[in-house]
Amino acid sequence: MSARDEILARVRGATSDVVTTPDDRGPVPVVEETSPGGPETLELFAENVADYRAQVVRVGPSGVAGAVADALREHGCSTVVVPRGLDHSWRRALEDVATVLSETEAATHHELDAVDAVVTASAVGVATTGTIVLDHRPDQGRRELTLVPDTHVCVIRADQVVHDVPESVARLRPGPDGARPLTWISGPSATSDIELERVEGVHGPRTLVVVLVAGADS
Amino acid sequence: MSTTTPGPLQQTSPTFVGMPTFPKAARAALGNTQQRKNLRHATATIRGKRARVVAEVPEWEALRVAGAEAKDEALTHLGDYLEQLEASLVANGATVHWARDAQEANRIVLSIVRSKEVDEVVKVKSMVTQEIELNEALEAAGIHAWETDLAELIVQLGHDRPSHILVPAIHRNRSEIREIFLREMGTVGRPAPDDLTDDPGRLAEAARLHLREKFLRAKVGVSGANFAVADTGTLVVVESEGNGRMCLTLPETLISVVGIEKVIPSWEDLAPMLQLLPRSSTGERMNPYTTMWTGVHEGDGPQEVHVVLLDNGRSHVLADRVGRQALRCIRCSACLNVCPVYERTGGHAYGSVYPGPIGAVLNPQLRGTASTIDKSLPYASSLCGACFDACPVRINIPELLVELRGQVVEQEGRTAESAAMRAAAWVLSDPKRLAGAQKAAAAAGRVVGTRTVRSVPGLGAWTNARDLPTPPPESFRQWWARERGEDDR
Repeated sequence: MSARDEILARVRGATSDVVTTPDDRGPVPVVEETSPGGPETLELFAENVADYRAQVVRVGPSGVAGAVADALREHGCSTVVVPRGLDHSWRRALEDVATVLSETEAATHHELDAVDAVVTASAVGVATTGTIVLDHRPDQGRRELTLVPDTHVCVIRADQVVHDVPESVARLRPGPDGARPLTWISGPSATSDIELERVEGVHGPRTLVVVLVAGADS
Repeated sequence: MSTTTPGPLQQTSPTFVGMPTFPKAARAALGNTQQRKNLRHATATIRGKRARVVAEVPEWEALRVAGAEAKDEALTHLGDYLEQLEASLVANGATVHWARDAQEANRIVLSIVRSKEVDEVVKVKSMVTQEIELNEALEAAGIHAWETDLAELIVQLGHDRPSHILVPAIHRNRSEIREIFLREMGTVGRPAPDDLTDDPGRLAEAARLHLREKFLRAKVGVSGANFAVADTGTLVVVESEGNGRMCLTLPETLISVVGIEKVIPSWEDLAPMLQLLPRSSTGERMNPYTTMWTGVHEGDGPQEVHVVLLDNGRSHVLADRVGRQALRCIRCSACLNVCPVYERTGGHAYGSVYPGPIGAVLNPQLRGTASTIDKSLPYASSLCGACFDACPVRINIPELLVELRGQVVEQEGRTAESAAMRAAAWVLSDPKRLAGAQKAAAAAGRVVGTRTVRSVPGLGAWTNARDLPTPPPESFRQWWARERGEDDR
């Protein structure tokens, strides 16, 4: 008997006492904190992102390009890689402060390792946990782009921020066009492996800047 | 107990065969004052963090129920969900392998690695690959398996064994870690900086530099998975440092070894799990990084994705209707951190990669209770119940410990203790016999007087740490009969 058939037979034998079928359970129950309101959710998101020592910058829609450029300047980044779908106006603003490389110009791991920063959009934000989720669409780029450079500047719109984890999971369910890879990011890379003392910055970006875009421009 | 033939037990690896019993190993561990100090500090810190973030969630109990139900749904219909998982994975371009035991899993991984003609792999921290001793199997075939989690790196460089599920080097303090890095890093790659201090930030920086070259050049990555979603074919790895993302993203080939109990039925079941695991595990609202991948993603990450589904004793545990709840475990380690026994003895005394309360129930179920260590593990607890309260998927560990103690006693047959218990049962089941015994005890009590009975011949182990209560000169029934003067039966 193949290993597959043998394991399945063992498992079915082990559960022969079970009388229900997989469909009996019905829909998965949702346990979540409900949003007290849009502005409160956004406040909580900003608070929790900052609590895990990411830097939060709040701007109106016309302020994004300036904010991403300022972030690079502030952290002394002279080279930046950008995904191919990034907003053109942001990219132009970056060109004033750093050498801008497109995804294809940092194609190998070693080329990417020589780059200081990456600027991306994002997919979903979660307020109760201070999390940003990337689904690596063209405005976020392939996964290694936001992993190897030491500074990640990430732009998220207010309408992308949900209150609790279940809503985020629901939004990210793989659709008919196929599953996307997902990266859930809560603060910069960290470890507590030495005497349970939290240290920011191990292998992922040691600096995370979150640009939160809300409201209308006056 | 089920009436069907359960799957075979897990073979105890040579590393743990001949391990002393838990009390013996614990006594040695208790003599290590540095380790006790490290453990007390670390477990107290993480207990406090967990308590704070769990208190933030008013629906915590409902979440625990949802988490337990999701795992139970998967476990009780495991055959169906495994087939669904396999189909989803294959549809998304992954190759699925099945392994009955550790040897078979190691053989599969080794043959994939060999086919890539490489002499090294980078590894994400994974309990299951420790369980099957994959690193040892790879090293024996001349392939270096680089552990990339900071604590695993400390353990690997220190030629040591992990002592905690989440923080495997919890028994080491900062100055010990500095010494290990200075001594060992240069022997396997980029040496630690000469001016390395014992500041945790500097130590983490040294690990970053040491491992970066390995991440950038590695062609094959090896991981486990925290969850495997049956209806989408998605695998999930939850981590903090970014070493997981490196191993899951940069290599061309990814091999994930996944215990069959890691399956969850549907995508929506991720919602309670992602709320329960980080808060219970590291005491954070959310861990810094979680990676979810579904087979092969064109142009992004590994283009060859293998998944090895492993039994290795799990189907045996599943056959026990009470014991199967232990397979809900999501390896958060909350039970270790709240356990008064673990806090004092540390993880090595448990004789397995799964230490603490969950190890005390899981190991004897996976491996059986034939060895001295597995026989002693169900007793490595005061049954205080803190582990059950902390468990995010409501595994009733004290209940399982008592069950397993019963199994060990049954299997041992007649001993002095079981003879004593049988005699006690005989006496207590009849009022006349009890009255007779009480009279005899009272007579003995009058002989002993007010002296304390410190030891009884033949009961050395029991009376070592306990004084025997002095028998009263008169039983309650005797007193009642004397005072009320009626019906002395």
